[in-house]
Amino acid sequence: MPNIVVLVKQVPDTYSERKLSEGDHTLDRDFADAVLDEINERAIEEALQIKEAHDGEVTVLCVGPDRATDAIRKGLSMGADKAIHVLDDALHGSDLLQTAKVLAAAIRTVEDVDLVIAGNEASDGAGGAVPAVVAELLGYPQLTHAREVTVDGTTVKVTRETEDGLTHLEASLPAVVSVGEKINEPRYPSFKGIMAAKKKPVETVDIADLGVDAGDVGLANAWSTVVEAAPKPPREAGQRVEDDGDGGVKIAEYLVGQKLI
Amino acid sequence: MAEVLVLVDHLDGEVKKVTGELLTAARALGEPSAVVVGAPGDAAKLKESLASYGAEKVYVAESEDAANYFVTPKVDVLAALVESKSPAAVLVAAGSEGKEVSGRLAARVGGALLVDAVGVEGSGDDATVTQSVFGGAFVVKAKAAKGLPVISVRPGGLDAEQAQGAAAEETVEVPAVDPAKATRITGREPVVGGDRPELTEASVVVSGGRGVGSAESFEVVEKLADALGAAVGASRAAVDSGYYPAQFQVGQTGKTVSPQLYIALGISGAIQHRAGMQTSKTIVAVNKDAEAPIFEIADYGVVGDLFKVAPQLTEEAAKRKG
Repeated sequence: MPNIVVLVKQVPDTYSERKLSEGDHTLDRDFADAVLDEINERAIEEALQIKEAHDGEVTVLCVGPDRATDAIRKGLSMGADKAIHVLDDALHGSDLLQTAKVLAAAIRTVEDVDLVIAGNEASDGAGGAVPAVVAELLGYPQLTHAREVTVDGTTVKVTRETEDGLTHLEASLPAVVSVGEKINEPRYPSFKGIMAAKKKPVETVDIADLGVDAGDVGLANAWSTVVEAAPKPPREAGQRVEDDGDGGVKIAEYLVGQKLI
Repeated sequence: MAEVLVLVDHLDGEVKKVTGELLTAARALGEPSAVVVGAPGDAAKLKESLASYGAEKVYVAESEDAANYFVTPKVDVLAALVESKSPAAVLVAAGSEGKEVSGRLAARVGGALLVDAVGVEGSGDDATVTQSVFGGAFVVKAKAAKGLPVISVRPGGLDAEQAQGAAAEETVEVPAVDPAKATRITGREPVVGGDRPELTEASVVVSGGRGVGSAESFEVVEKLADALGAAVGASRAAVDSGYYPAQFQVGQTGKTVSPQLYIALGISGAIQHRAGMQTSKTIVAVNKDAEAPIFEIADYGVVGDLFKVAPQLTEEAAKRKG
């Protein structure tokens, strides 16, 4: 009966334009449409499949501002049982390490956790390290970038897929798993699921509830600091020619001119 | 000069290209020490290339456990060295594993994590890194506010320059593995990319999109790639249509590449694709549709049939190679 916590994040939709705020260089959350990160839907799906095979309970955990409730509701309507929303203004501008610390503290409040499942990398920050850091802080084994997850008793096996190829991993529970793009196809919430989600418990906590010191989080206390941020000047369109039967030759000439071949 | 630790990225007794880039970046900050974590005998095979990129020291941490356990032996060795050598900074490759190693290390030693740098400047612990975020739409400069800078450097993000180093060896212990907290590696299946370079490390990438039309026709992309010594990439549309395997996908949900030259064949250039390739130094596009957004960011574009243009370019490239 695995007890599973799924980490989810609300991100700016990658189909919309994303920008940083001018004042403090944090994510401009009002600028872009906010959605549940696509990879998190796969993390929830995997948790639900494990639950369906072995029974158990799925808790969605999200650190984020007020409107992140939309992302939480989506997870619940897919079939997660309950949710924890860490909501605290002091968290604004927290970096990856601080966020991981808050996530780890929140996971500790859930009793008898067997598995923590996350996406391998968020589409906005793309740090690709939150699951690993959460494993570090909890002292759990990490099995990350999974394209296949098997839970068997107290053992979890993962086929990891990255640019290095496939790696087969094995560890004891409790463990942290992160999933990659190819893990599964997430289900769509059914109408029944959407209705049921409205009645599912969402526990809203602040960092004091988690025993995290306000002096350890937020922009002012971040380990890393952004000294400047600017939109990259848009790439200018260069030359464009119609192919008159010599398009390939023309590209070759251009590349020779640029000393690229 | 301040010592800067570089975690060596290596496979099958050879350093990966990014290791030279890491050592080059480390030289900008101080005196580079290469850290080899691996199976017994690995460091001996790597020493010469490490010396050629200016490694003054090589810390050798070798054991069966180091090779058979996942991520944590590397973190354990680096953390022990941070303790004993008090380096000014630690540099790790920003691949999937390196990002995880650097994150855990920063959390463990009380360091500042600077992710996916494409440039490193400053000296010692006062390092400033340049990052390219949102798929290259924003350029950010960041530094450590407190603690040891732990920096992951994007493969291909900066150029490697050779320099002779002493590469003096020092053996260090691999701390004992706690099986309850560690993950065993029970098997490996490296990517069989044939003779082509790895996608994120290649200096030239040739990618195909929906316009390629079928898995069989991807041959036209591969032939051009081989003539240029390039890696092959694919857009999400091509991968979703089953034309090419997903590990070659370039874009928001695939790999981010920044090669010297990126050639897009039959790729419209949706924002999701651009996010994975728009930091390439030079972009060349071939597309039938003159309105395709890829032309807005291409340095050189040809409006035409890729099945006519690409083979001609392949022939020209082969001719020039002799």
